[in-house]
Amino acid sequence: MLRALSAAAAVVIAAVGVAFAAAEADHPQDYPFSFDSPVGSYDMASVQRGFQVYNQVCAACHGLDHLSYRNLGEEGGPFAVYRVRDHETGEPTLQVGRPAHGGTFVDVVDNPYVRAIAETAMINDIDPNSGQPVERPGRISDRFRNPFPNEIAARAVNGGAYPPDLTVINLARHGGADYIRSLLIGYDGEVNGTLYHNRYFPGGWIAMPPPLGEGVVPYTDPEVPQTPEQYATDVAHFLQWTADPHMEERKRTGIVVLAFLIVLAGLMYLAYKQVWRGESH
Amino acid sequence: MSGPSTYEPASGFTRWLDKRLPIIRLAHDSFVAYPTPRNLNYWWTFGAMLSLCLVTQIVTGIVLAMHYIPHVDMAFASVQRIERDVPFGWLIQNIHAVGASMFFLAVYIHMFRGLYYGSYKAPREILWILGCIIYLLMVVTGFLGYTLPWGQMSFWGATVITNILGAVPLVGESIQVWIRGGGSIDQPTLNRFFSLHYLLPFVIAGVVALHVWALHEAGQNNPAGVDVKSKADTVPFTPHATIKDLFAVVLFLILFATFVFYMPNALGHADNFIPANPLQTPPEIVPEWYLLPFYAILRAFDFNIGPIDSKLAGVIGMFASIGVLFVLPWIDTSRVRSMRYRPIARQFFLIFVVVCFILGWCGGQNPGLILAKASDFTATLTYVEGGQVVTQPVTAASEAQFDDAAAAAREALTAQGATMTAVTREGATTATATGVIGGTQATRTVSGHTADEMETLIQEVKTEIGAGAAFFSVERRMPYTFTVTTLSQLATFYYFFFFLVLLPLLGLREKPGRVPDTIAKPVLTEQGAA
Amino acid sequence: MLRRRAARFATRTSLASAPNQGREIKSVAEAASAHAGEDTTRRDFIYIAAGAVGAVGAAATIWPFVDQMNPAADTRALSTTEVDLSAIVLGQQIKVMWQGKPVFVRHRTADEISRAQRDDFASLKDPQSDAERLVQEDGQPGRPEWLILQASCTHLGCVPTFVEGSSFGGWFCPCHGSDYDTSGRIRRGPAPANLLVAPYLFLNDTSIRIG
Repeated sequence: MLRALSAAAAVVIAAVGVAFAAAEADHPQDYPFSFDSPVGSYDMASVQRGFQVYNQVCAACHGLDHLSYRNLGEEGGPFAVYRVRDHETGEPTLQVGRPAHGGTFVDVVDNPYVRAIAETAMINDIDPNSGQPVERPGRISDRFRNPFPNEIAARAVNGGAYPPDLTVINLARHGGADYIRSLLIGYDGEVNGTLYHNRYFPGGWIAMPPPLGEGVVPYTDPEVPQTPEQYATDVAHFLQWTADPHMEERKRTGIVVLAFLIVLAGLMYLAYKQVWRGESH
Repeated sequence: MSGPSTYEPASGFTRWLDKRLPIIRLAHDSFVAYPTPRNLNYWWTFGAMLSLCLVTQIVTGIVLAMHYIPHVDMAFASVQRIERDVPFGWLIQNIHAVGASMFFLAVYIHMFRGLYYGSYKAPREILWILGCIIYLLMVVTGFLGYTLPWGQMSFWGATVITNILGAVPLVGESIQVWIRGGGSIDQPTLNRFFSLHYLLPFVIAGVVALHVWALHEAGQNNPAGVDVKSKADTVPFTPHATIKDLFAVVLFLILFATFVFYMPNALGHADNFIPANPLQTPPEIVPEWYLLPFYAILRAFDFNIGPIDSKLAGVIGMFASIGVLFVLPWIDTSRVRSMRYRPIARQFFLIFVVVCFILGWCGGQNPGLILAKASDFTATLTYVEGGQVVTQPVTAASEAQFDDAAAAAREALTAQGATMTAVTREGATTATATGVIGGTQATRTVSGHTADEMETLIQEVKTEIGAGAAFFSVERRMPYTFTVTTLSQLATFYYFFFFLVLLPLLGLREKPGRVPDTIAKPVLTEQGAA
Repeated sequence: MLRRRAARFATRTSLASAPNQGREIKSVAEAASAHAGEDTTRRDFIYIAAGAVGAVGAAATIWPFVDQMNPAADTRALSTTEVDLSAIVLGQQIKVMWQGKPVFVRHRTADEISRAQRDDFASLKDPQSDAERLVQEDGQPGRPEWLILQASCTHLGCVPTFVEGSSFGGWFCPCHGSDYDTSGRIRRGPAPANLLVAPYLFLNDTSIRIG
């Protein structure tokens, strides 16, 4: 005898739309990023390309509110500049990225690349003389330009969806860089109104249209393929750096601290044995 | 302190100082000459680690307060600024966040040690209660601190926890508004939580001083649980206990540093990197790991107990689970302190430890998660293909007579030749009765692993045959399921059963093993044998 | 016996300062050697090594907690200010903020300039020529019509006011009555030195960068 838990509900059937199955999202693809291991560091070439992808694609809708242009040229940043002496002429030249040996870090104030990047952005400000809102070229101390003045404006333009800030997105999503990379290449072309099917997105339907197409961002290095996979990998790499800019310093310090503590533990153990020598306990 | 002071000032200055402020004498008697049982094991080194944790949290916290801004619009960004721009801010912030977890890890080991070796029994009741007060203050401080980064978990955790206070009868809502400083978690809440988070650690430090005072008055317990009887039972605190504590502290620091430098966010939750949004609740709200067992107890009460509704019952259960620790010295009737010599109680204690871990696991899971079930979820759909649908309004004279009216309407439809009838209620006394005349009746059965899966299948069948069929009835058969909530209920039951029934009964019934007369005796005989 | 020795150790500990670390550790060695009277050298080595390594660790730990109070990266990034000179008419000055402090950018008249140059040879409390006070950050000579000064009286830090027709034609500090000339040099009053020149650089004819 069946126990009817619902009262025999009579339903005169109307046409029922296809219910979207709230399927579990796929587990993100595991990509071997260079920063994955405990001693891993950033691949700065990839971070630089990722910045290019962000700047030319993502920045149309997503902000990087906690990042300033100067961060790009600070030590550990993708556009950090070092002064190195030429082997033959002895002339000092500027080089992006830490040289294998020698070289002195150039303060970000004197970093021509970062200054150029900042100046291409138009920043909203208040004119110091008139007090009126103006747009002016960016300075290195400026925060990254946010495409929208506020969340309401962002939602209004994007059909009610809010493009989240990307500064710490890799920390704010389970799966981190793997998830971001997978999401960007997880579209299968299925569209429902303003929603796009993406097998890595919880719920399966995301408001962001597929952002990356073949060759949309021109890379200068001819060796690097200009495919959505490569773009996604680079931008996920860049966003890992924006989320955790001190990672390399943190890991380097960690090795020293742990080595120190292990030595200290050994010495403490010997001292402990000495003190308790001959004491029954 | 135990016995007269053995401090002898060595120089003219210390003699002068000793007459005016005997602070060196106090330190000497407390931390140098203080007689320590010689059989203390490594479980006794966690007091030193806890002192280190408290100092670390206070020092890093003061530093963070120099840079943190307790404002709803700026708190999240100011934490990011600490991580990015403040010199060594990333290090100090990580130490503070990981330090909270390390503090709780050490305090739990310290508490389990106290439980196992009976450190709460006479003459250490006050010592134990002071420890419980410190633990409660730690929980409150940890909760307040978790609010400050103003991420999604901060905001919603604070919302949920302050709602717990609303469960208190009569005054609950007033207390809730008073704590929040408004109807919801907002600027006033953040500002006062910051202030209190800064204050409470110093209160903790004060209670710790009392805790240490009580410890030195009653003397340390030890693994054998027998009192110190002579000087042969003890060694001086310095250097013996000091060096052992230092060694253990360095090992603890290795674990601490591993988290700080290699897994700084492993103990946190990803959602707290999303700025607080009062308009959107995260898919699941979980507290920090160290509060998960209590969260499981809170959620285990999904039923009303007489006049107490489930919400209040959960709150009472949660507070009782800590409250029971306060009265533990009087609940446990056994005269033997150490469970080393209590063979039966020891088994139940080990189960208790496992149960605490189970509660912690449950607290982090979706409460509806099915762990086991008697059978699949099945539903039988009965429907009529073809036929003609007829409806009839139902109106009852009063609410009490509704069922009669509905039955009468269905009978009337059946009398007209309807093969299936149903009543859809629309109001207290009104409804529509629907019947179908003619057609052929058919059934379909679907089954799924979860109720959701079954519902999806029912929808599919309805869609599939909907065009031809005018009329459905669905009978769902829900199997018995063993969910995370069920497991939490069992674990919660054992938690209280252990304290309230097992410990009092065992103390009276259990036959303890042979307890040594002195600390030194078994130590010396073991040494001799070896 | 052991207790007594341990007690002595503690007394020393509480008074010990960094230089006699070794001595302090040695007394622990004595405490332990009460039981076993062999290889004291090895024992001493262990105690000294453990103590020294621990002390180094403690010292290294202090640094981040000190350094965190230094200016943060965002504060340091704001350490330059650019000023558009085209809006400042002859005989006017503006006050701009540089690193949170006011700076005078004065467009001097020919009269002010000649007066400043004439006074190069007057008796000065803090002798300095007008030309020296115009030198840019990179050592290049400045332009006489533009004077860039930190607006902070060298006495106790008040902001001086430019007073037309004052005794020396320049700034007057209302707090304690220090008088500065048209080059910002101290001429009378309690201030010990000239107004400080802010480090600046001409980026082009109409704009400068301070800092």
